Amino acid sequence: MTAAPPSIVADELVKRFGTFTAVDRVSFRIAAGEIVGFIGPNGAGKSTTIRMLCGLLRPTAGRALVAGYDVAREPEQVRQHIGYMSQKFSLYNDLTVGENLRFFGGIYRVPKARLAERMRFAIDMAGLTGREDALVSTLAGGWKQRLALGCAILHTPPILFLDEPTSGVDPESRRRFWDLIHHLSEDGVTVLVSTHYMDEAEFCNRVALINQGRLVAVGSPVELKQHGLGGDLLLIECLPLGASIGVLEGAPGVRDVAVFGNSLHVVVDNGSEAQEALRLRLADQGLAATRIEAIEPTLEDVFVRLVASDAAAGARAA
Amino acid sequence: MRIGRLKAMAVKETLQVWRDPRSLMIALLMPAMQMLLLGYGFSLDIKHIPVCTYDRENSQQSQALLKHFQASQYFDIVRVVGNYPELTRAVDAGNCRLAVVVPPDFTEQVSVLGSGKVQAIVDATDDNTAQVALGYAQAVVAGFAAEVQLDATGPQVQAAAMIQPLSVEPRVWFNEDLESRNFIIPGVVAMVMALVGAQLTSLTVSREWERGTMELLVSTPVTPLEVMLGKLIPYFAISFIDATLCLVFAVFWFAVPFRGDLLTLFLTTAMFSVVVLGIGYLISVTIRNQLGASQIALLVTMLPTTLLSGFAFPIDQMPGIIQVMTYFVYSRYYVTILKSVFLKGLGLGALAMPVLAMAIYSVAVAALAARAFHKSLD
Repeated sequence: MTAAPPSIVADELVKRFGTFTAVDRVSFRIAAGEIVGFIGPNGAGKSTTIRMLCGLLRPTAGRALVAGYDVAREPEQVRQHIGYMSQKFSLYNDLTVGENLRFFGGIYRVPKARLAERMRFAIDMAGLTGREDALVSTLAGGWKQRLALGCAILHTPPILFLDEPTSGVDPESRRRFWDLIHHLSEDGVTVLVSTHYMDEAEFCNRVALINQGRLVAVGSPVELKQHGLGGDLLLIECLPLGASIGVLEGAPGVRDVAVFGNSLHVVVDNGSEAQEALRLRLADQGLAATRIEAIEPTLEDVFVRLVASDAAAGARAA
Repeated sequence: MRIGRLKAMAVKETLQVWRDPRSLMIALLMPAMQMLLLGYGFSLDIKHIPVCTYDRENSQQSQALLKHFQASQYFDIVRVVGNYPELTRAVDAGNCRLAVVVPPDFTEQVSVLGSGKVQAIVDATDDNTAQVALGYAQAVVAGFAAEVQLDATGPQVQAAAMIQPLSVEPRVWFNEDLESRNFIIPGVVAMVMALVGAQLTSLTVSREWERGTMELLVSTPVTPLEVMLGKLIPYFAISFIDATLCLVFAVFWFAVPFRGDLLTLFLTTAMFSVVVLGIGYLISVTIRNQLGASQIALLVTMLPTTLLSGFAFPIDQMPGIIQVMTYFVYSRYYVTILKSVFLKGLGLGALAMPVLAMAIYSVAVAALAARAFHKSLD
């Protein structure tokens, strides 16, 4: 990495709505050209954080810099340097594809000579060639989403905020959308994207897990999968599940037990040692494990584990 | 402020109005509808009151009296009945507003006593019409009496009311039809502009909130002033088109005399537009849904303009406290200007006071509107 200044810096960012704390002392840094994914359940504070970074909401406390500008003090400067796709589709449905693009081109003051070229680029990218005169209300979800991205990048902003851009879009369109995001990143655009699809997290350079307004973990998908659990992951098939969970929870070296379909995902301190010990422990209780093996954790495993321990920490703190 | 952004905003807004059937209807149909409705329907004169007659004598004398009712433009004899129950039913059913009963000894009364009594039964559910009807009935009977007196018998005829005590004085303040219209129609221009201007603009910002497009708009570098001006310019144009439409309607359809100059009219119309559009915009910024905004716009523009501007109801006939209130009603000044320009042919100089009031109002509202919109979702 070069010594270029970070594109986005959040420092102890807080947003309260009345007594409800939507974002709780969130800090992170994002380098230029990075794709960072915000992952977390609905209501975790992803959108609120993004809105603060775009200057749409004023932080209650803390500070954030976007493209070097303070979001609370210089929101207009911030707005010149960003593109934003909101969670809810927010282009003008009663305008055509071309009219929407021309409107945002005008609002962002894209020079006339350049606008034609940028519009062509956006229309190509969205796969809407030949449909420039179609009313946006007549477009299907995937096209709308790509057009919204097109409008957001019309003025070639160095930083993009995408708030759940792929929600409600078919898998094929989601894949295409992520291809577009990677192309933008290759051109040096910084992308902060929120999603609740775990598989999409794998497409990011780094992932930030958010739960109940708190940043639970930040790291590359590989890092998170290796270290996020704080141990090794075992898959255990042993019926009945309820009795097995009772035996496994509290066993020495076991950190967490979670149900995954018909089997159990068990986090242990040491995978190779625990396999035999747990088989014996189950057998002592008359339970025969049909399968015990070490597996690679998915991001979902990590996320479930981190949210659980975060909740436990929160409960202890309270 | 950047012209490019302003233009983008104005173009977008124009396209949206153009594609919104509801806005388009308000903009184009409303003026014509208001003009026709108020021009034809809102008359202060009462004519062709339906009358039912019961002639209990059926003499030459009684028929002569009823002929006077027939001949009057204020009454239409819609029914002739032969007994009281039938008459009662006619009044109950609302077939007639006035029933005239001639007694069986009418001729004798007139010739022997020198005075005759005719019974007038009035449906007083609408007390205004009832009083006017009695007034006109009194006049008709008086006219008949004068004729009989001329016949040298010298009787007196009196009308009496059975249901309602008669308060019979001819109303001198009723204009003939044409004048009443001339008095009302110039004010309709104010009504149309208040309605159309505030209605359309009340939707403009609330629409963005309701549809979620505001979130994206706020994230762009557009300034609040650019948003306001960009949004209002198209509506300003529409207001002017509507005002011109009304003017053409008034002069060429209703033949209302236009004695003043167009410059005075258009200058004050521009000020009034600024006030009305500004109020609509303020409401739209505050109330974030279209229905609520349009309801409130109706309340703060149409209501005062209809009742307190002097458009149809003369201000100097209102109770003192209400008269004071009218000074705060912006449309009062514009209506005064409109009537003076149309009927009296006054120019800017003679109208200095109301024009100044309009100017102050428009500057104040514009200043408030420019500060109303904040680029934040908080």
